[in-house]
Amino acid sequence: MNAPDKIRVARPSLIGKRLPRVDALEKVTGDARFAADFSLPGQLWLKLLRSPHPHAKILSIDAGRALALPGVKGVVTGKDFNGWKWGWMPRTRDESPLAVDKVRYYGEAVAGVCAVDEETAEEACELIRVEYEELPGVFDAEQAMKDDAPRVHDYAPNNRSGEFHMNYGDVEAGFGEADLVREDRFETGRVITGFLEPPAAVALWDASGITIWASKQSPYFPYRQLASCFNLPLSKVRVIQPFIGGGFGGTKNDSTAGDFCAVLLSKMTGRAVKFVYTMEEVFTTCRRRHNFTIHNKMGMKKDGTITAMQTLAIAEGGAYTAIGPLTLYLSGCLSTLPYKLPNFKHDAYRVFTNHPVGAAMRGHGVTHTRFAAEIQMEMMAEQLGLDPLEVRLKNAIRAPHETVNGVIVKSCGMEEGLKTLRESPAWRARGERRAEAGAIAKGVGISGTSYKGGARQRGHQSCGAVVRLCEDGTVNYLTGATDCGQGSDTVLVQLVAEELGLGLDDVAIRRVDTAVTPCDPGSYGSRVTILAGKAAQNAAREVKTQLAKFAAEMWGVAEERIVFSGGTVYADGHPEMVLPFRKLAQAACYSASGKVILGKGYSEYAPEVYDFDTGFGNPGVNYSFTCQLSEVDVDTETGVVKATEFLIAHDCGRPLHPVNVEAQVQGGAVQGLGQALYEEFRMENGRTLNPDFLDYRMPLVTEAPGMQVVDILTDDPDGPFGAKEASEGSIVSAPPSIVSAIHDATGIWFTSLPVTPEKVAMALRAKKEKNS
Amino acid sequence: MALVSLQFTVNGRGERVSVPAHRTLLEMLREDLQLTGAKEGCGNGECGACTVVVDGRVVNACLVLAAEVDGKSVLTIEGLKNGERLHPVQQAFVEHSGMQCGFCTPGFVLSAKTLLEANPTPTREEIKEALLGNFCRCSGYTKIVESVEAAARLLAGTPLT
Repeated sequence: MNAPDKIRVARPSLIGKRLPRVDALEKVTGDARFAADFSLPGQLWLKLLRSPHPHAKILSIDAGRALALPGVKGVVTGKDFNGWKWGWMPRTRDESPLAVDKVRYYGEAVAGVCAVDEETAEEACELIRVEYEELPGVFDAEQAMKDDAPRVHDYAPNNRSGEFHMNYGDVEAGFGEADLVREDRFETGRVITGFLEPPAAVALWDASGITIWASKQSPYFPYRQLASCFNLPLSKVRVIQPFIGGGFGGTKNDSTAGDFCAVLLSKMTGRAVKFVYTMEEVFTTCRRRHNFTIHNKMGMKKDGTITAMQTLAIAEGGAYTAIGPLTLYLSGCLSTLPYKLPNFKHDAYRVFTNHPVGAAMRGHGVTHTRFAAEIQMEMMAEQLGLDPLEVRLKNAIRAPHETVNGVIVKSCGMEEGLKTLRESPAWRARGERRAEAGAIAKGVGISGTSYKGGARQRGHQSCGAVVRLCEDGTVNYLTGATDCGQGSDTVLVQLVAEELGLGLDDVAIRRVDTAVTPCDPGSYGSRVTILAGKAAQNAAREVKTQLAKFAAEMWGVAEERIVFSGGTVYADGHPEMVLPFRKLAQAACYSASGKVILGKGYSEYAPEVYDFDTGFGNPGVNYSFTCQLSEVDVDTETGVVKATEFLIAHDCGRPLHPVNVEAQVQGGAVQGLGQALYEEFRMENGRTLNPDFLDYRMPLVTEAPGMQVVDILTDDPDGPFGAKEASEGSIVSAPPSIVSAIHDATGIWFTSLPVTPEKVAMALRAKKEKNS
Repeated sequence: MALVSLQFTVNGRGERVSVPAHRTLLEMLREDLQLTGAKEGCGNGECGACTVVVDGRVVNACLVLAAEVDGKSVLTIEGLKNGERLHPVQQAFVEHSGMQCGFCTPGFVLSAKTLLEANPTPTREEIKEALLGNFCRCSGYTKIVESVEAAARLLAGTPLT
């Protein structure tokens, strides 16, 4: 058990202050080292040979000519991994480090070569002869489900990769009560996380085991995967986390072919092996967000009350299962937020195709179903002649609330968020702006969503922390959590400093080194602030308790009288009993000829029911709420849509670091903007036709709208200092609010993302022809 | 492999190196001079993570051959501080949290510095125009643009707000 906290801290709080980030200095000076910035003496370079076919049997691989090339030190193929496979759940382990007897997507790695330099490794790849027998491929989820479709995995008839079902209340009865029932089809796009830092690692195998400096947002995933793959005890796998150049889920939550090959080749050669993926490899072979087709059915009364919702969600999973079962779960379990929904049925299927693998991405699962539900609600409000904001207000949940599937919400700023939008000048003036003449049609749209923070999963899910007191009164804070840019290092250091009455500069964070730091599930599902934060608090409190005990004994007072305050410690009511924190630390550390003052802490979940198979129970610790208003300009001649302003009312409980919260909300919203308007992989027979920044269009600085973030304070009882998640809501809220704004401007509903200029121009033309 | 001998300055220091003729400026900085502040994102001149300043102009180091900087002066992020003191643009990025993951930050800082030297009082639109060659996936750009505005004020002698 984490010890209860009895010792007071008295000084102005760091919580809620606009402080610089703890990593700011390193990041503006170039000192921040990322995986590709590491080198070891004598290191070799790894390059991967990738499949030129989306679906083919591997008949033979001949690496003879590659091995004969001067400078080449080793080649590995799929067989060298002895049949080992990985996947998120034991029953879904279907992916090999390198393809063994069959390739299932274009660009799947089939061999790894290491050589004295990158160019030689690349040249050697071209010398490897792989004999393939091409197989017919399948590239569309609904096609892939047909009986006569080519089968991606022998074990999966109809290419069924996974399914997930929820059924709560009585949807048929709910539809019966409704005055309007609508069924619509929605599609979300083929998109990717879009981190700027390509995956990279330097791996070394020696007598101590594996050491790897790797760009991982959740380093304890590869820690376990490497131990399993190479049959080593976990104590001999050391994943060291450098700075991480963006994560957003998926690829950097997982191992890559490069990681496994670098480790094996290091074992074979006795030298360190380094690789850096090219951006083309990222775009053609890394994890993507699943693209979904959603058939949504909703019932609504004349007064806007939602009576029931039924969702059929089909997720294109690509070639392997990866974390896909979780995607299906998340696509449904949060559909009962943020609106009251007494009757809900959800049937989700994940389907294999010969495309790169679908996996987690920021807003995981929820982006798809929330988009469908938000747009359908708008359509129905329009049909019933209701104000879409008032419909949302009518249905918005208020805390405390328990959803029909047992999700318990203790704090909720949805109503206040919607009212914030309602009172904005942009919402009040809507319609007036629309009437402005000219080629540019202006529109305003809104949306709302919830997202879980502190994601739960099966297996290990606790975060840990160690706070080590140094004799000079500074502390080292060891965490298993990873900051991949979201600012969690700053928030966690803030929490440790807060508990000890210290400043940020007194706390030195020690980032993940799996040989040293406590095991952590990873930076996904918005879990870091809430869970690693709790662990950090608990660890710091242990240090505080030990120091207070020492001070109390020294001064002969009760422990409860000891107060920590701004780098000073004193006994309440005894003005003479006061010491600077550093003096007390020194005295304590030197007592008993060298006391070790070490605090440890971990996060705990409430013992609530949580059933992954039925979608019942709390998928997280608490729930953020996001309401977004988007303004757009639609060029009615070219179809180009420009987002001009976002107003985002955001309930993260309480922002511990308001600058980071704003930055997360803004960043998520612009990532969502990309998915709403620009981003989409164009695929042809399994090949990605636009694998670069020019053609896979992510938002640039000139496309980012003006953004106002309004914090709705709700102080959640289960988050540290009232905090909830702040990273995932706006990527969910951006697309529906933008699409709703486009409708406001044009009168046209777009149900398939992204809403490209071609789609807008064609729809406007069709509308014009119909009207004339 | 044909080697070329080059003489140039990096961050004010004279360097002499021999590199293969096809080596890019980015490879030379990162591999030969161990200046890893400039990053490789796309390798195609599309993302700006490798932005450095050559004779006062920003370039994508991944698109410039090392041989082209012979006789020239190169500034990388490592050379921006004055001793221990941050350059005002760096200071403004720190104060306004103009970074998240930090991978793009060296490029943005150098683009901003170069802009403000040419145009000490840019409008918001001019700032965006000058940063158009730098991609950021984390921030949505708002805090980066605010950092550059703050840097302009700082360089003009107005305190940070």
